[in-house]
Amino acid sequence: MSAPRTGAQILWEALAREGVDVVFGYPGGAIMPAYDALLDSSIRHVLVRHEQGAAHMADGYARVSGKVGVAIATSGPGATNLVTGIATAMLDSVPLVCITGQVTSRLIGTDAFQETDITGVTLPITKHNYLVTKVDDIAKTIREAFYVARSGRPGPVLVDITKDAQQATTTPVWSSAPVRMRGYRPEHKAELDDLARATELIDRAKRPVILAGHGIVKAEASGELRAFVEKTGIPVASTLLGLGGFPATHPLSLGMMGMHGEAWVNHAIQEADLLIALGMRFDDRVTGKLDTYAVNAKKIHCELDPAEINKNVRADVALVGDVKDTLEALIPLVTRRDRAQWLQRIDEYKGDSAVRDIQTMPHDGRLFAAHVMHDLWRITQGKALVVTDVGQHQMWEAQYYKHDHPRKLVTSGGLGTMGFALPAAIGAKLASPDDEVWVIAGDGGFQMTACELSTIAQEGVKLHVAIINNGYLGMVRQWQQFFYDGRYSATPLKSPDFVKLAEAHGLTGIRVTKRDEIEGAVARARRADGTCVIDFRVEQEDSVYPMVPAGAALNEMIRRPNPIVETAEDD
Amino acid sequence: MMTLRTYIMHVEDLPGVLNRVTSLFRRRGYNIESLTVGRTENPGVSRMTIVMEADDDAARRIEANLYKLVNVLKVEDTTRRPCVTRELALIKVRTSNQSQRAHVMQLAEVFRARVIDVAPEALIFEITGTRDKIEGLAGVLAEYGIVEMVRTGAVAMLRSAPEQVNEIQEEPRATSAA
Ligand SMILES: Cc1ncc(C[n+]2csc(CCOP(=O)(O)OP(=O)(O)O)c2C)c(N)n1
Ligand SMILES: [Mg+2]
Repeated sequence: MSAPRTGAQILWEALAREGVDVVFGYPGGAIMPAYDALLDSSIRHVLVRHEQGAAHMADGYARVSGKVGVAIATSGPGATNLVTGIATAMLDSVPLVCITGQVTSRLIGTDAFQETDITGVTLPITKHNYLVTKVDDIAKTIREAFYVARSGRPGPVLVDITKDAQQATTTPVWSSAPVRMRGYRPEHKAELDDLARATELIDRAKRPVILAGHGIVKAEASGELRAFVEKTGIPVASTLLGLGGFPATHPLSLGMMGMHGEAWVNHAIQEADLLIALGMRFDDRVTGKLDTYAVNAKKIHCELDPAEINKNVRADVALVGDVKDTLEALIPLVTRRDRAQWLQRIDEYKGDSAVRDIQTMPHDGRLFAAHVMHDLWRITQGKALVVTDVGQHQMWEAQYYKHDHPRKLVTSGGLGTMGFALPAAIGAKLASPDDEVWVIAGDGGFQMTACELSTIAQEGVKLHVAIINNGYLGMVRQWQQFFYDGRYSATPLKSPDFVKLAEAHGLTGIRVTKRDEIEGAVARARRADGTCVIDFRVEQEDSVYPMVPAGAALNEMIRRPNPIVETAEDD
Repeated sequence: MMTLRTYIMHVEDLPGVLNRVTSLFRRRGYNIESLTVGRTENPGVSRMTIVMEADDDAARRIEANLYKLVNVLKVEDTTRRPCVTRELALIKVRTSNQSQRAHVMQLAEVFRARVIDVAPEALIFEITGTRDKIEGLAGVLAEYGIVEMVRTGAVAMLRSAPEQVNEIQEEPRATSAA
């Protein structure tokens, strides 16, 4: 059998056995044994500039690859810096394993130097976590952690390993048998009679709408969704995280629903007589005021996590199970239908808004964020892998960049974490090196994790970074304009010269102030050796429309004031 | 409709598991009425009895959320099932003279409470029973002045003969939604 190894060596070997090829981390006292053993491992380590970045990079890597992302940090401040990234992954069900060093076991509970009870801190924001104090538990715990992170509804798992466990030696026992855990049963399967009841509702419905969520992407169920849609003729609305799960350019794709969804999508949902929710959880950002939500619609809820059923919206039929399996089971049961009348009704709604903001905006030399999104979509032929931050630019991207494929949009939906995009894009690029990766960030969010530019330079990662620079914390400014009498409290924002900032990191920087400069700037960015940062100086006080105010009914949308005559040259 | 519910849970006997369970109740905003935990006939398995108020929907979600905790082995909502629950309480009552003392002891007799400590100024009663029974005794003793009271919280066990429901009728149970 194998020779005795240190806990640190066993850790890396255990990671390699899980198929890990890259980890994102930052060293420190309590994790030094692991970092020493790293030198003898073939796993690539990306040195981040802040541990929050490590968690977001692992997250971006996981969302794009479908594998488990790994972040590593030392005890105390290293571990607490991971917290925002872990919470982000938790709310978007992203499989992560975070490894933290912990003080030597006999010091635990003494407030030793850099001791933080990180399993206590992360208890409500991890799917599960472990404190490992014995070298003999390391191999088994890592295996369990990966299994828990990726199975069922995925999520982050934290493994806190004491320094003495990393230093001690043992002869590892490697198992390849499937992981068995007494209390953990992640799989569910929809019941046959529920499938029959769902089929009956689907066949009878006159005004059905499919609500496609993140679950479609996670379950790799795009093909099944398409087959189901094409058989039943039912139009598809997407959540923010569901974008790309169904091709945006498909005739039955309606677009995004919810607070900044398309007006016709929200109207269709409110008028529907059946909602088929696939891998989505009726977040308050997509339902608006609950007691006014789709009141005449029956609801079929297909969801892997039984705890989501009847949480916000009461389901008439709940199909608890993997959405791919559920769709596979439903496809042969449902009747082929033509829904021309219903689609025509939705088209009428589109009539007043399909040619919306971007076309109604005059080409008067000013640069609107919507121009940037639309042109990026056109120039990249809709094929880029886009990683967005949080704010107005995130919503404009969702509205104007049409994603036809899953895992081509990475964004923080549930937690809405500013600062997510730049580090997540590093992970995304490493997961899919052949993709052209675009970061779309606001001037505010970009500065939260801009230190990772230096990671980009050190690792030689090629990204295209579009800063949508409006001089404000734009989304908050918009709320202040709409709901706080235009009192701009703490939202005007002074930024550094982003071009010089890029250059200071040895990267390329470009400034764009007019729409006709976009094309040239993109070409230059693509040609650049390394990462290029483009500072798009956009209209400062533009707002995202339509908007359902928080707590309002979904059909009560604020629309762009005085629509200007259509000058539709695009699309 | 809100009902008082009793859950029986089997969990792995590991450090931190109680914390995971209570953290879940706190985070989801559910108020625990009582919680007891202890060893079982199986080494490595602890058993909890949790009493709380919830409507049917919330109850189903609590159960589903508890099952998401990796160390939780089994959750049973006993609310509509034949089950016995017991709680133990110690009640210290002030007694200023002989005749009062005799009176209090007689009352306690009716509730089958035992006297477990006698001092010149006070008596301690031990009572085991359902929540109603304990509250009944506490109610009558209150008139004499309860110095202090401690309650264990309920422990519950499903009955093995579900068709026999006689014992159940004496269980304290808020009317159910059905
Ligand atoms: C870490 C964090 N802090 C605060 C917020 C609240 N917030 C949401 S959007 C936003 C403004 C974002 O500004 P910017 O990055 O410039 O993007 P813009 O909206 O202008 O496009 C803020 C402050 C948040 N989502 N995340
Ligand atoms: Mg901004």
